[in-house]
Amino acid sequence: MTIVQTCPAPIMQHETVQMAHGAGGRLSQALMQRVFMPHLHNSFLDLLDDQAKLDLPSGRIAFTTDTYVVSPIFFPGGNIGELAVNGTVNDLAVGGAKPLYLSAGFVLEEGFSLAELEVIVKSMAEAAHRAGVMMVTGDTKVVGKGQCDRIFINTSGIGVIREGVNLSCRNLKAGDSIILSGTVGDHGMAIMTSRTGLSFQSRITSDCGALNGMISAMLDAVPFTIHAMRDPTRGGVAATLNELAQSSSVGIEIHETTIPVKPDVRGACELLGIDPLHVANEGKLVVAVAAGDAGKVLEVMRNFDHGRDAVIIGSVVDDHPGMVVMRTVYGSRRIIDLPLGEQLPRIC
Amino acid sequence: MKYIDEYRDPQLALKLLEEIRRKTARHWSIMEICGGQTHSIIRNGIDQLLPDTIELVHGPGCPVCVTPLESIERALAIAAREEVIFTSFGDMLRVPGNARDLFMVRSAGGDVRIVFSPLDALQIARDNPSKEVVFFAVGFETTAPANAMVVWQAAREGIENFSVLVSQVMVPPAMRAILSSPENRVQGFLAAGHVCAVMGYEEYEPIAREFQVPIVPTGFEPVDLLAGILKTIELLEEGKSGVVNRYGRVVSREGNPLAREIIMKVFEVTDRQWRGLGPIPGSGLGLRREFASFDAEKRFQVTNICAQESPLCMSGRVLQGMLKPDGCPAFAKECTPEHPLGATMVSSEGACAAYYNYHLTP
Amino acid sequence: MCLAIPGKLLELTIENGLKMGTIDVNGSKTRACLEYVPDIKVGQYTIVHAGFALKIIDEEEAAESLKLWQELIESGAFQPDEELPSAESL
Repeated sequence: MTIVQTCPAPIMQHETVQMAHGAGGRLSQALMQRVFMPHLHNSFLDLLDDQAKLDLPSGRIAFTTDTYVVSPIFFPGGNIGELAVNGTVNDLAVGGAKPLYLSAGFVLEEGFSLAELEVIVKSMAEAAHRAGVMMVTGDTKVVGKGQCDRIFINTSGIGVIREGVNLSCRNLKAGDSIILSGTVGDHGMAIMTSRTGLSFQSRITSDCGALNGMISAMLDAVPFTIHAMRDPTRGGVAATLNELAQSSSVGIEIHETTIPVKPDVRGACELLGIDPLHVANEGKLVVAVAAGDAGKVLEVMRNFDHGRDAVIIGSVVDDHPGMVVMRTVYGSRRIIDLPLGEQLPRIC
Repeated sequence: MKYIDEYRDPQLALKLLEEIRRKTARHWSIMEICGGQTHSIIRNGIDQLLPDTIELVHGPGCPVCVTPLESIERALAIAAREEVIFTSFGDMLRVPGNARDLFMVRSAGGDVRIVFSPLDALQIARDNPSKEVVFFAVGFETTAPANAMVVWQAAREGIENFSVLVSQVMVPPAMRAILSSPENRVQGFLAAGHVCAVMGYEEYEPIAREFQVPIVPTGFEPVDLLAGILKTIELLEEGKSGVVNRYGRVVSREGNPLAREIIMKVFEVTDRQWRGLGPIPGSGLGLRREFASFDAEKRFQVTNICAQESPLCMSGRVLQGMLKPDGCPAFAKECTPEHPLGATMVSSEGACAAYYNYHLTP
Repeated sequence: MCLAIPGKLLELTIENGLKMGTIDVNGSKTRACLEYVPDIKVGQYTIVHAGFALKIIDEEEAAESLKLWQELIESGAFQPDEELPSAESL
């Protein structure tokens, strides 16, 4: 009888992320083949090169990057992956660009569930498909337990700017109408009420979505008199309006009665003592457009799910440059200031 | 939203304003005690809508504003300890001590968590038996029932890894202090509606008699505030004093007897330092001896920590209605919400922050 | 101080020996301790502060005072000073 002694073969089937998944060896390859490629594969990624070689149409290029660290990573209405795709698509689109290509860099915490990673990657692929963009290059690193919170994602994006379109937060002119594409605060309150530790239940869902389809139709209809667009993410509509007013050295006046807020979002904001104008959105748009074309823009926006509740919330004025002022329902006025850091639930 | 929207009705608000204008013949200074009322007044621009002859003086009713620097420093010292999970309402995280706030303690590795209810803090203690869980029990009478119940419950369940850092204050002694000051200009009060929901308004009757002032328990929505102001003006113009309730759906004369009972079972009246105002006798609540084992100050031996306030800050005069926030030389200069010198700039409803955020400078 | 929001009691529970309840605020729900309002019934409104129900809202009183105010509006020839802003007028 012969005894064959063999070294135990390394385990290749894991349930969770291992340090070796980021080390460039066989486990890295396995992660690529098992989790990423089935969902993301395309003619660029299939080459497995270190870079994507892109043919770009002529014109100006828009280029942007953003890093996503949202907690919880799964929230009502989306997850970190979907957010990472839509956020970067929107950052390109609001500059008047047609988003084309995205990169994705993943930082994974050792021990993170591979099943959850796959759910995230799959929804990234779906979001990219919906937005009509391709994920052409990527990278994965693994850090030790406790060195990041499960998963962080960076996405960068390239788009081509339409000819003749010049959107900039410095372009606002007195008389412009300010349009808001829908209800405020959905994303931020979905995140806040789904965090553990707060005794809340709500069915608030994030508005996480890609706006490039709607923006493209808006620019088809009104190519030259849309002066600026912004997606009011962190800091909410208040921060976006302040940035626009400051960059263009104009005043903005908005009307309290016109700001759409979903009932449950309003309820949660009242309970936590938070102003919905300060709460983040992930699928909303603020537009400054010459007043004469505002109606046309509204009409186009309302044909899209993301713009169904679009409404004129105010206008650009010569007074109080750099400041945003709200007319209350009582006819008084108050300053809408930049929110100060993180929104905290308060009791007083 | 039922019981909110009716009280934001612009028609009703404008009608009440009209009544206020019609009834006001002379100049009056009215103090709204509660920071929540200040917040609502500024946010809705009610001060802009009132006749010029009515001056609203923003009172000291904000625990974030009046929690003494000493308590903040003690909180920071406890929160920085390795074995501690420090829990607090979101309001207190940005309140500056001498050199840092709770956010900075957290970024330096402290485990600081925001809770919505004190009972959430107790749950954290149940879930983390190997940690010391401390709750920063700040508040006026409104929050006292919640803070008392968490101590009561911890004692009942025998949860030993839980303690509270108490900085609990009360309105009537502060009103007496304001009215007794030789510089006092306040002629009538909107009493804090939610304080009165707990305590009732019986205890304000002797103050109204002694100082010959009208005191009107008032709610927080624009219509509530205007109704409270209208009643105060009517009493002032008629030369009457006394307590008249204008928040009847929530406030009764006896308040909530059950809540008052637990407050007094867990706490006892103590002298208390107010940030900006100084010491006010009998204006605080401290844990009774039976509950001393839940006192975080004793458990972590921080009673020796003392602190000095910034000499530039005039929040004391602001809190007493002797100075409008923008009358302070440091306002919007050395002192902003990003770099607050005093606590009235910290809390979003502190008079200075409310001015900074919402007030339209002419 | 003292943000307290009115909400409607949806259900009662007991947790760790304490009376608790789920309170609906315009579609968002929060958990509140009901020890201070032991007589509250499902469907009644209460004001909630820091996770505690402090008082059952006196619905009769509320209806009555609103009615009085409404009469005040109707009594005078009430004209607002200026047109209220509305979406259409922008």
